[in-house]
Amino acid sequence: MPLLDVRNLCVEFKTADGLFKAVDGVDVQVDVGDVLAIVGESGSGKSVSMLAVMGLLPWTANVTADAIVFDGVDFTTAGAKQRRSIIGRDVSMIFQEPMTSLNPCFTVGFQIGEALKTHLALSRSERRKRSIELLEQVGLPEPERRLRAFPHQLSGGMSQRVMIAMAIACKPKLLIADEPTTALDVTIQAQILELLLELQNDTGMALVLITHDMGVVAETAQRVSVQYAGQKVEEQCVQDLFVDAHHPYTHALLAALPERATTRTLPSIPGVVPGQFDRPQGCLFSPRCAFADAQCQSAQPLVQSESLGFARCHYPLLDGKPLQASEVRK
Amino acid sequence: MLGFILRRLGTFIPTFIGVSIVSFLFIRLLPGDPILLMAGERGMSDDRYAQLMTQFGFDKPLLTQYWDYLNGLIRGDLGLSFKTKRPVWDEFFALFPATLELSLCAIAFAIGLGIPAGIVAAVNRGKWPDQALMSTALVGYSMPIFWWALLLIIFFSGTLGWTPVSGRISLMFFFPTDTGFMLIDSFRSGQAGALASAVEHLILPTIVLGTIPLAVIARQTRSAMLEVLSEDYVRTAKAKGLSPLRVNGVHALRNAMIPVITVIGLSVGTLMAGAILTETIFSWPGIGKWMVEGIGSRDYTAVQGGLLMIAVIVMVVNLVVDLLYGLINPKIRQR
Amino acid sequence: MSAPSDTPAAVQRRGRFLEFWGYFRENRGAVVGLVVFAIFILIAIFADLIAPHSPTAQYREALLQPPMWLAGGTSEFMLGTDAVGRDLLSRLMHGARYSFFIGVIVVVISAGSGVIIGLVAGFARGWLDTMIMRVMDILLAFPSLLLALVLVAILGPSLVNAMIAIAVVLQPHYVRLTRAAVLQELPKDYVTSARVVGASRIRLMFVTVLPNCLAPIIVQAALSFSTAILDAAALGFLGLGAQPPTPEWGTMLADSREFVLRAWWVVTFPGLAILINVLAINLMGDGLRDALDPKLKRS
Repeated sequence: MPLLDVRNLCVEFKTADGLFKAVDGVDVQVDVGDVLAIVGESGSGKSVSMLAVMGLLPWTANVTADAIVFDGVDFTTAGAKQRRSIIGRDVSMIFQEPMTSLNPCFTVGFQIGEALKTHLALSRSERRKRSIELLEQVGLPEPERRLRAFPHQLSGGMSQRVMIAMAIACKPKLLIADEPTTALDVTIQAQILELLLELQNDTGMALVLITHDMGVVAETAQRVSVQYAGQKVEEQCVQDLFVDAHHPYTHALLAALPERATTRTLPSIPGVVPGQFDRPQGCLFSPRCAFADAQCQSAQPLVQSESLGFARCHYPLLDGKPLQASEVRK
Repeated sequence: MLGFILRRLGTFIPTFIGVSIVSFLFIRLLPGDPILLMAGERGMSDDRYAQLMTQFGFDKPLLTQYWDYLNGLIRGDLGLSFKTKRPVWDEFFALFPATLELSLCAIAFAIGLGIPAGIVAAVNRGKWPDQALMSTALVGYSMPIFWWALLLIIFFSGTLGWTPVSGRISLMFFFPTDTGFMLIDSFRSGQAGALASAVEHLILPTIVLGTIPLAVIARQTRSAMLEVLSEDYVRTAKAKGLSPLRVNGVHALRNAMIPVITVIGLSVGTLMAGAILTETIFSWPGIGKWMVEGIGSRDYTAVQGGLLMIAVIVMVVNLVVDLLYGLINPKIRQR
Repeated sequence: MSAPSDTPAAVQRRGRFLEFWGYFRENRGAVVGLVVFAIFILIAIFADLIAPHSPTAQYREALLQPPMWLAGGTSEFMLGTDAVGRDLLSRLMHGARYSFFIGVIVVVISAGSGVIIGLVAGFARGWLDTMIMRVMDILLAFPSLLLALVLVAILGPSLVNAMIAIAVVLQPHYVRLTRAAVLQELPKDYVTSARVVGASRIRLMFVTVLPNCLAPIIVQAALSFSTAILDAAALGFLGLGAQPPTPEWGTMLADSREFVLRAWWVVTFPGLAILINVLAINLMGDGLRDALDPKLKRS
C-alpha cells in the first residue's frame, strides 16, 4: 500500500466569472522513501493538487476526491482535528517563496519551537536542543544565534533552510517541496536541492518535488508525473521518461531542453496553457499538439496502460512516433 | 531604532511650535478687545482697564507677547482664567483625570469588543456573522453620538431606571479624591456602594464615547486580518497543523495588529472630540465640558489653554503610538 | 453638427461610467444608500410642497403631542409636535434642506481649496511643499470638533460660520490626499510626455494630472459629506451652529434635550434622520471606493 494515495482529485475555484477547474481528476501515489517529481508549466495545477492534499487552499476552492489516503487515514473522511494532528508531523510542506513564508513578527526559534510543541511532548530545553540540532542539520552556521533572528534578517536561501528545518522537525514520512528553489539564486538552488536529497537519503522519508524544471527532475527524482492544464498526462520512472516519453506534451517539453536540442534553434511549444474560457472540448493539449487530428479535438482521451506511461492520449508516442488506434487498443 | 525616534521627534517639535502659535493667536483673533470681552456688559474704569492690559500683557508687541507665552508654557503657566482668576494649568489638571478615566474606559470598551468583532468578521468573510457585524459597525460609524447618548438615557435611565443620568458618582458619597480617578478613589474610600455607584455612572458615557472608535477598530481589524490571512506565512502556520485559533489568533493577529494600533492611536483625537459632546450630555466634570462652558462664558484664556493642552496630549499619544509601532514591528525595531 | 454625445471622448466617458456603475451596482448596500439619499434629496427639494405645516408655525393647542400611532396623537401631526407646538414632520423635512446645504457647501469649500493647495504642494516640492504640509500637520493635531468649536467661537455662532469652520477642519485631508496622488502620478510617462510637448504648468496640474488623482478625492468627498453633516449637527447641538428656530436637525435635538424623559419623539426623530442620512452616504462612500479604487478593496 502506498504512503500517499490520491484518487481522482478535482479542485475548482470560485471566481467572479464562474468556476475555474484547476485540477481535473489527478491520481498521485507515493511509496515510502519514494522521490516523485511533479512537472508542469505554471497553471498546470501541480501546486494546487498538493495544497489540496495538505488542506491549505483558500476558502474559494472546492476540493473533491474519491480518496486522499495518507498512511492509512483517509483525509476526505477524517475530522479536521485528526487531519491537523498528521499535517505538520507526518507530512509537511515547504513553499516557493521562503522570504514571505516565515512570519515576520516571530523569531526563527519561536517558529521552529512551535512546530515541535504542537506535535511532540518535549520540554522547553529539549525543544531548544532539537531546534539547534535541526538548524545544524540544514546547514545553518551559528544555530544558537539564528534562533533569535527575525525572518527579515535572513537571506532567501537561509529562509528556505529554516523552512526545511521546520518541516522536518517532527521527522515526517513525507515532505512536499513546492518549487523550493524557484525564488532563489542559481548557486543557492543547487545547494537546497542537494540538502533535500541528503535529508531524504538520511531519514528515508518520501519526497514530492513540484517543479517546472526538467533539469531538476533529471538530477533528483526516481519517478516523474507530468501535469498539463490540471490533468496528469503521463507518469514514468525517470530514466524511462527521458529515454522514451509517451505523451506528446512530455516529448515536446524534453525536446525544448537546451541539453537535448538537436537543431540550431531551440524547439518550443506553440500557444499557451488553456485558461478558464478557452478549454478545448477534446484533448486539452490538442490545440498545441503536433500530432493532433479530428479525433483529438472532439473526444477526451483515455489513460493508457502503465507500459505507455499512463499517457492521457489517443495516439501515445513510442520512440517518438505516434501509435495508430489499432495498435493502441491491444 | 534611535534614528527612527530622532526622525519622529524632528516632526514633533515644529508641530508643537505651530500648535502653540495657533492657540496663542486664538485670543488675538477674537473680534473685539479681549479685556472688554472679559469685562462683559458691566464696563470698567480706564485705570482698571490699563491695569488688566498690563496684567495679561496685551500692551506689549505681538512677538514679545508670544515669547512670554512660550516661556510661560515651558514653566507650566497658561495664564489666569478670565472667569475664576485661577491658573488655567491648575484648572485643567484638576479636571483632566475625569476625562482620562472616561477615555480609558471608552477605548478599553472599543478595543475589547472591536478587535474580536473584526477577527470574527474576517474569519467568516461573506457569511452572515461578517455581514451582521460589519452592518452594525457601519451604523456605529455613522452615529451622531449626542443623539445616541440621549437614546441610551431614554432607555436605560428612563424606561428601565438602571443607570443614573449625570455626574461621576452619587451625591451620597463623600471621600477624598486623591488620584482623581473615581474608580480608584471610591474603591479606596472603603464606603459601601461607592465603587458600584462610580461604575454605574461610567457605563453610559463609556458606551457613548466608545461607539465610534469601536466601529473604526472593528472595520480596520477586519480589513487588516483579511489582508494578512492571504499571506504565505499564514499558510505555513496551517501547514504546521496548528489549530485555527492559533493560526488566526497568534500568527495572523500579531501582523494585523500593526495597522490596528495606528488606528487606535489616531482615535485619541476622535475621543477628545467625542468627550466634548459626551461630557456635556452626561454632566461629566472633565475638560470637554469645561471647554464648552469656557466658550459659553467667554473664558477665553481657559479655552486657549485647553486647546493647546488637548492638542499636545493628542500629539504625545500619537508619538508614543508611533514608537510602540516600532516595538511591535521588528523590521523597524532592528533597523 | 453632431450631438455632443457622439464625440469619441463622450463615448469613452460613457463607457467608463458604465464600468463604474457595473462595479457600484454589485454592492447592494451602496445601491440602498443611493436610493435613500435620493429620497432625502427629493424631500429637501420639495419640502415646501409636501410638508403638511410650516416648520415654524406654533400650534399652541397641541404642545408635545405624541405621534399619530400613540394615544393622544392625531393624523394632523403625524410624528407629533415639539414643546412649542410645531409639527415635527414638517420641521424634519425642512431640516433635510439644511443638511444637504451644509454637506454641499462644506465639500465644495474644503475639497476645492484642499485640492488646489495639494496640487501646488505636490508640484512645488521644496520649501513651499514642506511649509504647506507642516501647516496641515498642525491643523490635524487638533481634534476636529474642538478646532471647529474654537473657530466658531472666533467667528461667532451661526450656521454659515459653522460650515466655514468645518470646511477648514476637513480641508487638510484633501491636501494630503491630493499631494500623495500627485507625487504618485508625476513620475509616470504620460506626464513627462505632456511636459515635453510643452504643456503649461497650470495645464499639467489641472488637465493632465488632476483627472488621474480623482478617485481617492471623490471617495474622500463622500466621507466628508457625512462628516460635515455630523459635525454641523454636533455644533448645532452645542448651540454653536444654526440658531433656533432654524429646523436644523442638531439644533432641534438641542431644543428637545430637556424633554428627553418626557417626550421621546422630539428627541428620537431628528437624530434618526441624521443617522439614516449619514448611514446612506457612508454606504454610498463604501460603494464608491470599491468601484473607483479596487486597490483599496473593502475595509
